[in-house]
Amino acid sequence: MQLIDQNTKKIMEGCKERARSFGLDVPNETLEYIVTNRDMINLSPKVMIPTLYNYWVNDVEVLKESGRYKLYPSNPYETVINTRPPISFYNDNNPDWLNIMIFYHVIAHIDFFRNNILFQNTWNDDFVGKALADKRLIESFRSRYGRWVDYVIEFARSIDNITGYFKSLPKLNLHKEQEPGEKMEYFINIFLPDVVKATEVEVIKYIEKYNLLVESDKDNADRLFFADIKLRFPEFDAMFENNYVDSKAEEDIMEFISEYSPFLNKKENQWMKSVLSIVRETSLYFAPQMRTKIMNEGWASYWHDKLFISDDRIKGFETQYAKINSGVTSISRVGLNPYAIGLRMFYFIEEMADKGKFYYDFQKLTDRDKRSEYNKNIGKGMQTIFEIRKNFTDFNFINIFTSQDFVDRYNLFVVGKRLDEERGVYQYYVKSRKAEEYKQMLIDSMTHPPVIKVNHDKTNDENLYLVHEFEGKQLYKPYIADTLIGLEFLWGDQVVLETTEIRIDKENSDENETKFVYDKVLYSVKDRKVTKTKL
Amino acid sequence: MKKKTTKQNIDISKLSQSSQDLINKEISFSKTLSHRSVNTKKKNDLIVNGLYEINDRDLFISLNKEDFKVNLFTIEELLAKDKQREEDGFPRRIRLGKYIKPIKGSQEKIVVVPTTTEPKFYHDDSITEDGEENTGGSGDGEEGEVIGEQQAEPQEGEGEGQGAGQGEGSDHDLIEDAFDLGKVITKKFELPNLKPKGKKLSTNKYVYDLTDINRGFGQYLDKKATIKRIIETNIMLDKLTPGNEISPQDLIINPQDQIFRILSKEKDFEAQATVFFVRDYSGSMMGEPTEAIVMQHLFIYSWLMYQYQNQVNVRFILHDSDAKEVPDFYTYYKSNVAGGTNVFPAYELVADIIEKEQLYRDNNIYIFHGTDGDDWDEDGEKAISAVRRFLPYISRMGITVAKNSWGSEDRDTTVEKYFESSGLLKEKHDLIRMDGFAASQGTEDRIIEGIKKLTS
Repeated sequence: MQLIDQNTKKIMEGCKERARSFGLDVPNETLEYIVTNRDMINLSPKVMIPTLYNYWVNDVEVLKESGRYKLYPSNPYETVINTRPPISFYNDNNPDWLNIMIFYHVIAHIDFFRNNILFQNTWNDDFVGKALADKRLIESFRSRYGRWVDYVIEFARSIDNITGYFKSLPKLNLHKEQEPGEKMEYFINIFLPDVVKATEVEVIKYIEKYNLLVESDKDNADRLFFADIKLRFPEFDAMFENNYVDSKAEEDIMEFISEYSPFLNKKENQWMKSVLSIVRETSLYFAPQMRTKIMNEGWASYWHDKLFISDDRIKGFETQYAKINSGVTSISRVGLNPYAIGLRMFYFIEEMADKGKFYYDFQKLTDRDKRSEYNKNIGKGMQTIFEIRKNFTDFNFINIFTSQDFVDRYNLFVVGKRLDEERGVYQYYVKSRKAEEYKQMLIDSMTHPPVIKVNHDKTNDENLYLVHEFEGKQLYKPYIADTLIGLEFLWGDQVVLETTEIRIDKENSDENETKFVYDKVLYSVKDRKVTKTKL
Repeated sequence: MKKKTTKQNIDISKLSQSSQDLINKEISFSKTLSHRSVNTKKKNDLIVNGLYEINDRDLFISLNKEDFKVNLFTIEELLAKDKQREEDGFPRRIRLGKYIKPIKGSQEKIVVVPTTTEPKFYHDDSITEDGEENTGGSGDGEEGEVIGEQQAEPQEGEGEGQGAGQGEGSDHDLIEDAFDLGKVITKKFELPNLKPKGKKLSTNKYVYDLTDINRGFGQYLDKKATIKRIIETNIMLDKLTPGNEISPQDLIINPQDQIFRILSKEKDFEAQATVFFVRDYSGSMMGEPTEAIVMQHLFIYSWLMYQYQNQVNVRFILHDSDAKEVPDFYTYYKSNVAGGTNVFPAYELVADIIEKEQLYRDNNIYIFHGTDGDDWDEDGEKAISAVRRFLPYISRMGITVAKNSWGSEDRDTTVEKYFESSGLLKEKHDLIRMDGFAASQGTEDRIIEGIKKLTS
């Protein structure tokens, strides 16, 4: 791994200038490295962060990938990591013109990382540096506690996909003194909705009342407010005392375990909390990336295309470029390509906005011809896509803009897969060309980890009671037992998971219709033995 | 060339007391650094390193045992770590997989790699009300139009019911699962009497040997080969005349003529084995006996798959009143028939295969037979003589008798009787073992215990 040579760097600085003239936000300091395929294989299990902590699962991955490479060599073109300053990697087999195309792609990613507000929690971090500090800490634990460090990493990682990323967001913009007190927070967020079953309107009335008190008498507001509450809900104080859980620990299971686990709270086990926190922070760091995959790749593809074509320095490589570009952004007959969908979506939105099609005048038109001819020439396209790259995530990007016009425009459809039993083949067929169904298909393919919460009433030092909120999908069964064993280790005693499992109702199903039975089940682990009972 | 380190031997006894004190103090300080460059062997025989002997690199490495560089584990280290997990009471996580690249006209390339999974709470997309898997597509085509096909895995009747005839999953899945299962039970036993036979290359074991030849430099000078080359060179240079005496000082020696041996990684040879699975699939086996036998053979098969990977050839034989060989474990596992029972055709088939294919030459041979003990051939004369035929070739035969509840749960079955009376079990205790139990008691633990008995 070495820094890119000065000549290429100079060309890249030229790229930055051109990108800036189009409004992209690129910092002066960026780092570019030339890497070999071997480096790529070594780095990819560490999500390309060279300084990420060592962990045996990554080693397994590296060995596996190098084995695969022996049989099926491949050259990944580039990769970029979101850190300060931004770092990108270029394959040493790339020709120069390709590196320029890639650099335009990278510039757009950097712009996206720096501006999309979902990434706000990462804006101030030199993640590579932070990871190095974490890595050193973990190494120092390793020299003291040996393999137990790896177990703790493993068990922490077993719940790092269900971290409460969105729950951690609202506090990001809150000033320390703006944060409501513990009592108020419990009253508004838990007591009113869960205990009193108050409606939203009622909750807002309480908030307004509280705000009025703060305005008139800041110092005594709390006391006055809760004196009144005590009259109305005499049980409140006692409930608060018994049930209050630190809101930080409310964010996800990992925080809760870290805060309340009797095992981790033992003096000799305190170090484990640091490991948990490292694993959690790392996971949170990548959370926005996972939720902006279509947009981020679409945005980068949009810009590398636009900027590369307009760059006069690479005349003569148009055909080679076209070949690679189409490989990256072509939309396949069957399958999903986030680059292709995202790119087309940005083109589509830009055109809609240029023609003024986001205005109500257009929206209310029903005549097909009039709709397609509609053009107010207001030229707001560029401004609109910049706004979108700032304020949207994959979910609302797709949910809002996947219209029938979009689906028809690019000839998209949902592909179904069914079994032809007589001929023993799976058939892929055009299932639907309806925008609603296409949209749903895209949304279903997005990251959506299961929601698993702690049941505070049933949880105590001897028992951690988890509840999986069923959303139509069961948990992947083969992993449940192993995950629970890890959690038992972290909690230091029995762990219970309440979940729902689906099975086919054989008696009531026939060829045309499959019926399902939903079983509430309880998994519990004690002394590393997992048992399952029906509820 | 090993670099010699310069060390000074200092005799301090002649120095003044204050100088001696100072030097001793220095030495005791340096000891607290836990640094290995200062030695006090004897009281007055001090070895003190020179000023430039201590450097950052050595010092920091000795202070920090952990290497901050990328310290990748090898497959062997990872597996050792995985074994440690088991001792710590956590399930094993690493399994060996392989990438296979089929190449036209030659043997496929195989690379053995470790694989692992990280269990987490994930949504299971396989069972939902939506039923079908959807993805995106683009291009022409009416709704409902088929745009592509893909060969489906063989479908089997679903069901959790009894017997080997039913089951879920495809062949492929079964082998994947077998691998997993093998991983779990692999620690519990190993093949008995395994002798080094055969010439099959190991895929993941290596030895280091001085086998590679290199000119000019290397680890070990091959004198004979070197002299040959020197003489060749000198003949070419007309330095030698045939018939005349050779005087070594007249020879011109080109440095490139020195032939060295270099340490090289060589694939190791591993003992090879052939395992016969023989199963009674007659009518009387229906239900519990079949379940017990099939489960036991599945365990053994899984374990072999995991532990011995490419070193084991497996043959499957089914018999009722007749015997036949089936191609794969899947068929072996699933087949069911209702017929009478004769054991001897199966044994004869095994003996025939061993003799015809001369398997005994390169293979350790193991036979696992599962039956309910029923045999229409009461005295078992033919069966025993077939056993005597193959007994000299084999390393172990294990017979499992899973007795039917309605028959003779606590009495000896026909098969047990004639094996007993033949005296083979005692006479050839090292080669043949038998384990009988009531099929209704065929729990997982009992079955694993059975495997232990058969392979111990």
